[in-house]
Order: sequence, then structure tokens, then C-alpha cells
Amino acid sequence: MSSTEDSPMTSAETKKPNYYLIWFLLFVLTMVEVGLAYVSALPRNFLILILLALALWKATLVAMYYMHLKYERLRLILVATAPIPLAIILVLGILLEYAQ
Amino acid sequence: MSQSTNEAVVMTGGVSAEPGMRVYNQKLGMWVFLASEVMFFTGLIGAYIILRFGTDAWALPGIPLEEGGTPLAIQLTALNTFLLICSSVTMVKAFAAIEHGDQKGLRLFLVLTVLLGATFVGVQVFEYIQLAHEGFLPRCAEELAAVVPNCNLFGSTFYTMTGFHGTHVSIGVLCLIWVTVKAFRGAYSRENHGGVEVVGLYWHFVDLVWIILFTIVYLI
Repeated sequence: MSSTEDSPMTSAETKKPNYYLIWFLLFVLTMVEVGLAYVSALPRNFLILILLALALWKATLVAMYYMHLKYERLRLILVATAPIPLAIILVLGILLEYAQ
Repeated sequence: MSQSTNEAVVMTGGVSAEPGMRVYNQKLGMWVFLASEVMFFTGLIGAYIILRFGTDAWALPGIPLEEGGTPLAIQLTALNTFLLICSSVTMVKAFAAIEHGDQKGLRLFLVLTVLLGATFVGVQVFEYIQLAHEGFLPRCAEELAAVVPNCNLFGSTFYTMTGFHGTHVSIGVLCLIWVTVKAFRGAYSRENHGGVEVVGLYWHFVDLVWIILFTIVYLI
């Protein structure tokens, strides 16, 4: 394997997020999620929406800052996010079927 | 070297890359693989939605087991989620260390990541043993099936989703062990650390998937 093939991208090297701050945010969001799951006073559907939003927020933080997607070139971002619209269509399609 | 390749080298600050994507092959390959993994787990989640919303009742957190509560140990799994999040930060710190040529930091953070990942798998195995002991299986024990709504269906979806994820984590730990051994042999440097980045991408993805699964399977 040549050294050039092994060489990583330089784009992620130049900008550095505060990894510990992201970690702390992920920790706090997880604690909020677990706490909310035990709050039975909230309407069930509202609670599900909040929990899903928090989970998506955490997943986005991991993808953007730990996987460095925020600092990648647009072409790679398009490759990485290509399945997301398909995933949304699949999940929404199923949910809409049950909503009818 | 062709003109287009030359252009790609210039555009990536001296790093040779694919002319089209300007990303080295292993990294591009990992991202394409992860894109396919997104659809794999979306398929599982889709099946879960169909099975769950097709039933009239489901075990919920926050209520006693006798009243239709979940048999899952949410606090234990929340701790496990925290461990996986910690392993993500140690993984990215390992990558950041070798970017600066810090061999000691690379090895330290890789070892920590392996330990945290292995602990996650260990806790999951412990959780499975505990649940099996209580009778929570794809085919639940009769006494548990009497109180947990749609217990067999719940058990089947639970073990399928967490089992596939656990397999991914286990594979990730094995890959991390391999990368760690290579790191101790001095295989990576400031100029050559693609292996750390590619395995790191896989590891962060496993963390990302767990964040979604934990919410869907345990909390909702």
C-alpha cells in the first residue's frame, strides 16, 4: 500500500472542535432523555417527538464533530448523507400507513 | 500522473486522492459502506415500527412491570450509552493525537477506546443474561408474558435490534484491537494514519446508531 493511499485528508486537521464540550453535551442530552422517559405527565405522542428530536440532535453532533462531516468537502458530505432521504421516506411511509 | 490526478493532489494540499472525490480510497469506501449500513438499520427500525404500531399495547418505561412496564434495565443501559459516548471521545482524541504525531497519546486513547468498547459489549452480555434469567426472551416465560404486553414480539424485536448492533460493536472492538496493535508497532505517523481515521469513522457510526436505538427501543 502506498503512503499516498494511506494519507488522510487534511481538511479535518485544520479545524478542531472542542471534543470534550461535545461529549458533555451528549452526556447532558442523554440524561435529559432518560429523565423525560420517566415523566408520565407529558402526553405520550409529545414525549415521543421530544425524545426522537433529542436522539437526532445527538446523532447529528456525533456525525458533524466526531466524524468531522462538518469539515469535509461537499462531495463527500453528499455521499455520506445520500441514504438519509431514503431512510426518511421509508420511515415516514410506514408511519403514514398507520396514521390512516 | 495524469493532469486530473495532478489537480487532485494540489487540491488536497499534497495528499494524493481520487480525482473525482478528492478523498483517499479507504475513507471513501468506509463512507459508502456506512451509507449502506444506514439503510440496513433503517430497515430494522422500519420493521420495528410495523410490528409495534400493529399491536394495541407495548411495554413502557416509567411504570411498574405488573402494570405493563418494560422489563428492560434502563438505568444500566443509560450507563452503557454513556460508556459508548466516552469511547467516541477517546477515539476522536486518538485521531487528533496522531494528527500531531503524538504516538503516546494515540496509544493511550486507543487502549481506552478498546476498553470502553469491550465494557459496552460486556454490559450488554450481562444484560442479556439477566433478562434471560427473568424469562425475557424472543419467546417469553409464561409468568412474564402474562404481565408484559406482546412480550414475545417485544423480545424478538429487542434482541434483533440490539443483537445486530452488539455484533457491530464487537466487530468494531476487534478492528480497534488490530489498529491498537499496529499503533504499538509504530505503524502510524503524522503523515500516515488513514487506518486510525477509517476505523474511527466506523466506531463513531456504531455510537451514532446506538444513540438512535437506545431512544427507540428503551425510552419510547
